[in-house]
Amino acid sequence: MSAPYAKLPAWADYGLIPLVNLAVAFIVAGLVVLLVGENPFRAAVILVEGAFGRGQGIAYTLFYATTFIFSGLSVAVAFHCGLFNIGGEGQGYIAGLGIAIVCLSLDSVLPWYLLFPIAIAAAALFGALWALIPAWLQAKRGSHIVITTIMFNFIAASIMVYMLVDVIKPVGAMAPQTRNFLDGAQLPKLNWLIELFGFAKIRSAPFNISFILALVMAWLVWLLIWRTKLGYEMRTYGFSPKAARYAGISETRIILVTMMISGALSGMMALNPTMGDQHNVALDFVSGAGFVGIAVALMGRSHPVGIVLASILFGMLYQGGAELSFEMPNISRDMIVIIQGLVILFAGALEHMFRPAIQALFASLSPKSVGMAEAGKGA
Amino acid sequence: MDFFNVAVQTLDSTIRLSVPLLLACLAGLYSERSGIFDIGLEGKMLAGAFASAAAASVFHSAWIGLGMGILISVALALVHGFASITHRGNQIVSGVAINFVAAGSTIILGQAWFQQGGRTPALAPGERFEAIVFPGADAIRDVPIIGPIYSELISGHSLLVYIAFLAVPFTWWVLFRTRFGLRLRAVGENPAAVDTAGISVEWLRYRAVICTGILTGIAGAYLAMVQNAGFVKDMTAGKGFIALAALIFAKWKPVNAMFACLLFGFLDAIAIRLQGSPLPVIGKVPVQFMQALPYVLTVVLLAGFIGKAIPPRAGGVPYVKER
Amino acid sequence: MAEAAIELIGINKSFGPVHANRDINLEVARGTIHGIVGENGAGKSTLMSILYGFYQADSGEIKVNGKPASIKTSNDAIAAGIGMVHQHFMLVDNFTVLENVILGAESNALLNSSIAKARSELVRLEREYGLQVNPDALIEELPVGLQQRVEILKALYRGAEILILDEPTGVLTPAEADHLFRILKQLKEQGKTVVLITHKLREIMAITDTVSVMRQGTMVATRETAKTTVEELAELMVGRRVLLRVDKGEAKPGAVKLSVKNLVVRDSRGVTMVDDVSFEVRAGEIVGIAGVAGNGQSELLEAISGIRNAVSGSAMLDGKPIDLTGAADPGELRERGLAHVPEDRHHVGLVLAFEENENSILGYHDDPRYLKGPLLNIDAIVADAKDKIEKYDIRPSNPRLKTANFSGGNQQKIVLAREIEQDPGVLIVGQPTRGVDVGAIEFIHKRLIAMRDAGKAVLLVSVELDEIRSLSDRILVMFAGRIVGERGPEAGEGELGLLMAGVEQKEAAE
Repeated sequence: MSAPYAKLPAWADYGLIPLVNLAVAFIVAGLVVLLVGENPFRAAVILVEGAFGRGQGIAYTLFYATTFIFSGLSVAVAFHCGLFNIGGEGQGYIAGLGIAIVCLSLDSVLPWYLLFPIAIAAAALFGALWALIPAWLQAKRGSHIVITTIMFNFIAASIMVYMLVDVIKPVGAMAPQTRNFLDGAQLPKLNWLIELFGFAKIRSAPFNISFILALVMAWLVWLLIWRTKLGYEMRTYGFSPKAARYAGISETRIILVTMMISGALSGMMALNPTMGDQHNVALDFVSGAGFVGIAVALMGRSHPVGIVLASILFGMLYQGGAELSFEMPNISRDMIVIIQGLVILFAGALEHMFRPAIQALFASLSPKSVGMAEAGKGA
Repeated sequence: MDFFNVAVQTLDSTIRLSVPLLLACLAGLYSERSGIFDIGLEGKMLAGAFASAAAASVFHSAWIGLGMGILISVALALVHGFASITHRGNQIVSGVAINFVAAGSTIILGQAWFQQGGRTPALAPGERFEAIVFPGADAIRDVPIIGPIYSELISGHSLLVYIAFLAVPFTWWVLFRTRFGLRLRAVGENPAAVDTAGISVEWLRYRAVICTGILTGIAGAYLAMVQNAGFVKDMTAGKGFIALAALIFAKWKPVNAMFACLLFGFLDAIAIRLQGSPLPVIGKVPVQFMQALPYVLTVVLLAGFIGKAIPPRAGGVPYVKER
Repeated sequence: MAEAAIELIGINKSFGPVHANRDINLEVARGTIHGIVGENGAGKSTLMSILYGFYQADSGEIKVNGKPASIKTSNDAIAAGIGMVHQHFMLVDNFTVLENVILGAESNALLNSSIAKARSELVRLEREYGLQVNPDALIEELPVGLQQRVEILKALYRGAEILILDEPTGVLTPAEADHLFRILKQLKEQGKTVVLITHKLREIMAITDTVSVMRQGTMVATRETAKTTVEELAELMVGRRVLLRVDKGEAKPGAVKLSVKNLVVRDSRGVTMVDDVSFEVRAGEIVGIAGVAGNGQSELLEAISGIRNAVSGSAMLDGKPIDLTGAADPGELRERGLAHVPEDRHHVGLVLAFEENENSILGYHDDPRYLKGPLLNIDAIVADAKDKIEKYDIRPSNPRLKTANFSGGNQQKIVLAREIEQDPGVLIVGQPTRGVDVGAIEFIHKRLIAMRDAGKAVLLVSVELDEIRSLSDRILVMFAGRIVGERGPEAGEGELGLLMAGVEQKEAAE
């Protein structure tokens, strides 16, 4: 069989096409802005200024980005193994339970730097276990992992409502959430980091140490995927289950391990909003961040660097979107949800739509750059 | 007779709660039977709900509302078709995208157009589909047993409820008694067989997703114009996914789909009725348990522990002419 | 000669750079059975797909019954009275026979009348042609032979006057095949025209009136079947190739390294592909398995290498048993010194999206040489890959390049280098030179001989008879899942060809 698409230079493949897809997504989003009677260009300016104009904005942008890095990495790790983990939302939500247990029982005993590692482990463990069941069902019973992870999102939501309302909520309290964490379970802020760059004093942004953890995880995921034996096996299975079988890689093992890593990363995303911001575990604290991970992973082409950049972009949208809704009351933060959908549509489902046109363009500009290497050989 | 009245009331709300599930479930049936997976039922239903409520309140007509709901829902279905049929994109990714676009744009447009925090204006009686009272329903209301059953359960629902339940035999008939149905089932199992028989796989699948759009549009209209008097943000609240679960639970068969949706609707009705009050034998059952039950049952079914749900064989795989 | 039912004039078809059909001319007389033979990839199926409107020719003309026909879709072909029985049946498995028959040929929007009409029509066809099948049976519950009958019924129901059958006996038992041939003869008597595509010469001789031979996308000859011989056809089919000279000395077979007893392997559909096969391979010899593609060689290789579980049978590697029916997995076999160059390098032997160096450790990625704890030792892997690139003259000589960017020959060298350089005791090789340029072929052959001379046991499976003959010390011929004969390397091409074509052993011997 010949390759379905002729080869483009790498920069076009990894840079130009994603950018074109992204641009189209934003153009369509601009049309929505137009539809509600606002000027999309002015909206863009407000958005960017809101996100990066002041230290406060940057801190918030990075705070949001932190969560998205975790969820994006989670989706990407599964993608590399050919699996679609739509269950990040539920895995993160359940991880909140692990965090609650650790924080509520230890926050009066341990300082944050001792409690944080335990909380990370608990979050990762709970997320991993919640991903393990769909993984096992896929590997052993052949149930479609997409469907089971969706179902597990809802099951997780039910469990968490039950736990928060009926079990964990302090007696007499109204809100379905844990009591507030004490100092031991409150992560230190990183706002000083931004102030170092000459920005004015940041008053109250929740930008915290888990951002560093997210970057470390991004690096570890890079290490895992491209530098470890396990990552090598995951990629082999992801590209060609047949080649994996040939190479003696166990299908069951690789699916279970990959999904547990993916679930652990989703679990860690719960650290940022709970210990970093609200200082409790509340109803719906994940609020869709698990799904943002899908957009982030698709946009970042499942590479940690791309994911960090895409996360910052989405962090910008969340923060700038908040500012935007002050200036343009018609555009609430739900605009981001549209953009998220459009990014998933154009960078994911329609990722090849513009490829033929771009290839034709390249072919007409410089025929040599579009090598038809290996096309049809051995067919 | 207290128990009897409670039973009738519970069944009545079971019917009301299962209608949107049923419509969405049948919607998914058309698409998935043709080999196009659709996890975007939720989004299409939401968009349909918004469009119908918005149009109904602006044009003061329930029918225009219904039409607009269907139109918008079909438009989104065509986007899914464009991505997954024409461009052979990933059907899961495309479905996820549509859910987000619908979730976001209903709120943004609602706020921009009506300025009520994402709601549409409350619909006046003439702008909704009213309950249809069957002849004699009032007359025999007080007859024991038959009275409540006839006047509460059978009579007194909106047109869309009857449409939903009539859609079940209709879908069965379409699927198993018409040429379109034969081809639809064939293309979801073996598109190459359809192609070599001289039938266009793409056009067939497009027609299937259009059917899906029509039904999710009606489902949305029901939510916004019958169950509620207007659109509230995120009013589908996962019903599209329960419908998907019901579809799997029903093994992609229309009559099974009705029973699956009634079951899931019943669980919902019970959960609402109990609200934490204890059951006779089991004791207190958390509401959340009842709410999670459809999903748990689906997972158990998918795992093959109770029967085996075998999806249409060509489902999720874009059709490429083989060399 | 009777009037032509089909006339193909100057048909050309390319897929990218592959010229699948080149200036094809063909004429098939009405009321005859015409055979088209050729090796796999000769372009037979492509040609028939063009006639059936599944593909469109780049140039050329089609005439049906003397009139130019524009066949753009399968619909046009059906309208022109052409029916096709595909190699992989185009049936909906969970439909009934009736539903399959009417699919696409329904008389109106409702099914009732179509079904009633089809039911009576099936009765008529059954009477006329002896095509008996229960119209209400589900396809998935029918044996393969009956499924094929449904395909024929589908074509006849649509009023086909010309019936094309693509490798129809590939999945049939001999008895089923005989039955099919009786049906085809009956169709012929009723005035239908039949085109039979096959690579089995026995079938051609048994049933056709005329036969055309295709080779590498061209039509090389057309003969009246009565006036030709199997030998002539075999020669036309394979072509007089320049026999690649391979210098090799006398084999010095040593101890048995690999032995297989009573191996039975089924494919995913449950069809028995390897049927009670036993053989052994000794140190210092190359055992070649000859055969036409699809006769169980692929499944045999997969079973021995642990990729596919065998149904029954036993095997020994270096005198110790290996459980091919379950426990043996490719990784373990590799550790015990069994290396495998798979037939399908694109999907099995290589991951085309990987860099060259990543592929050079596939299957050996557990080797401590390539690891630093849990991490890959990239420097060592790349250095090792560079080594192999030099040793095997792999071009371009860049271990960081994506594997998809290498030519077929160089890709194959990557696989070969990986497997041979691990110094295995047993090497099993499938289609080592498929899609490989001439220069690389010679290199690969030399390497295999060198393995033998180093005292390794080599099991070679190839559909290239030349390759088998020039490399093997012993030749086993596989047909329909069985080993139908063993010959020495001096055996003639004709003799082996007959065995491969399934002609009875008695006839073939001497």
